[in-house]
Amino acid sequence: MASPRDSRSILPGFGLSLGFTLAYLGLIVLVPLSAAFIRTAGMSWHDFVVAVASPRVIAAYRLSFGASLAAGFVNMVFGLVVAWVLVRYSFPGKRIVDALVDLPFALPTAVAGIALTSLYSPHGWIGRWLVPLGFKVAFTWTGVFVALTFIGLPFVVRTVQPVLQELEPEIEEASSTLGASRIQTVTRILLPELMPSLLTGFALAFARALGEYGSVVFISGNMPMKTEIVPLLIITKLEQYDYRGATAIAVVMLVSSFVLLLLINLLQKWSRRYHAI
Amino acid sequence: MAVPTTAPFANRHVRPATHRANRDPAWARWALTAVALVFLAFFLVLPLLAVFAQAFAKGGAYFLAAIREPEALASIRLTLFTVAVAVPSNVVFGVAAAWAIAKFRFPGKSLLTTLIDLPFAVSPVISGLIYVLVFGAQGWFGPWLIEHNIRIIFAVPGIILATTFVTFPFVARELIPLMQAQGTDEEYSAVTLGASGWQTFWRVTLPNIRWGLLYGIILCNARAMGEFGAVSVVSGHIRGETNTMPLHVEILYNEYNIAGAFAVASLLALLALATLVLKSLVEWRQTGTA
Repeated sequence: MASPRDSRSILPGFGLSLGFTLAYLGLIVLVPLSAAFIRTAGMSWHDFVVAVASPRVIAAYRLSFGASLAAGFVNMVFGLVVAWVLVRYSFPGKRIVDALVDLPFALPTAVAGIALTSLYSPHGWIGRWLVPLGFKVAFTWTGVFVALTFIGLPFVVRTVQPVLQELEPEIEEASSTLGASRIQTVTRILLPELMPSLLTGFALAFARALGEYGSVVFISGNMPMKTEIVPLLIITKLEQYDYRGATAIAVVMLVSSFVLLLLINLLQKWSRRYHAI
Repeated sequence: MAVPTTAPFANRHVRPATHRANRDPAWARWALTAVALVFLAFFLVLPLLAVFAQAFAKGGAYFLAAIREPEALASIRLTLFTVAVAVPSNVVFGVAAAWAIAKFRFPGKSLLTTLIDLPFAVSPVISGLIYVLVFGAQGWFGPWLIEHNIRIIFAVPGIILATTFVTFPFVARELIPLMQAQGTDEEYSAVTLGASGWQTFWRVTLPNIRWGLLYGIILCNARAMGEFGAVSVVSGHIRGETNTMPLHVEILYNEYNIAGAFAVASLLALLALATLVLKSLVEWRQTGTA
């Protein structure tokens, strides 16, 4: 640690900036977050299991995890196509399309929620064509899936795009010179190269979808056991003054998110090593 | 964004843009572009158009009335006030954290960096819940707060705290990698030549990080104005008092005042569009100067 060129001896402000950082981080993030864990630690094991594993909660996990996985997967496929098109091809309005990809980050979730609901309701621009075909989106599982796809859309595009940009064309040239068809080059050379970033994007989209609330509550219909996502269930419990039940479910979701965060960090390390050359 | 171009890529623009071996057949190009654009049209363009179409469904006069109504104005004021507190706090924090992490060496640095990103991994609803557990009537400080007649939950301070939590990492995570890449040489020179710490920061560091800082502020601001889940838990939905713009949208929508809800929502959608434009300008500026 104490190397002779240790910067702390020259630049001022170390104590002030680190002290402020730690105090602010502690007050805004760590202390409140620890409240959830400390509250839950005070519950008996039996109460905890009843709170986090009742049929209604299990149904909510199934919906949240299932729809988030499906949305993440769809985003992985279409996100790759969008990133590919944005990096490799040129077409009029490409810069606008590129900027628009971040819309789900910028648009408030409640606005996205009511906009999607109005599109897919039986009289909406899209719903009016789908409903006569017997395909209901609003207030069903599909509605939750559509909202979560919207919210996760930028993640895969934004993780794959820079990797695709940095890929050296020589690899593809070599593959083609050695007699590989274009399909073979794409599936055997490019896809494995992009895999770490694809998985990172998928995991980020999945993690975001798990906790998403605003864009889903309007389109899901919120029927217990059917279209009730976990974040909504937490709010429902809070409104019934069941703080312990709400907190116990929150702890399960927090642990899932932290495991995902760890996984994403490992994936990013892997992808960095992949492209270290 | 701020990825420094390394030497092997320096001759990139000499190379023909699309080499034969890297080129997909024309049908594939057309098909993939069509798939991408149709996907984006359905998931991004249509929802955006729907917001404005619905906002003006009952005409311009109705639209104006909906956004000039006292409760709508109160929600706009509250949102602006919340942003005016939460964003500057996170900017000061972001700069301090980046200064400590990028300019000095100390043990536990990578753990600290991970902890700063933590709020991004937390569901908005849980971000609100944890403040209820600390400051709510049944929370840690609940009895004490009631005794001293201080309201945090179901009041403006709770809204500000929850908003600060969800937008916590934006500025810091933009500045840390940027300042790490810039190193400490320029600050060393300034200090060696006799500049004070603050002079060094204002005259050397700040000009170097201004675009990254602006980028972080733009993202932080967009999220702060639009936050829904976290604020929804702590607000208590008191009309004209603790309703931010997104909460006002929800109330109007649930009362089947669809055109009114979309009128207020369209203001937020405009904010989102402005955010995208500003963000792109900053990005082009950064790559232009890199």
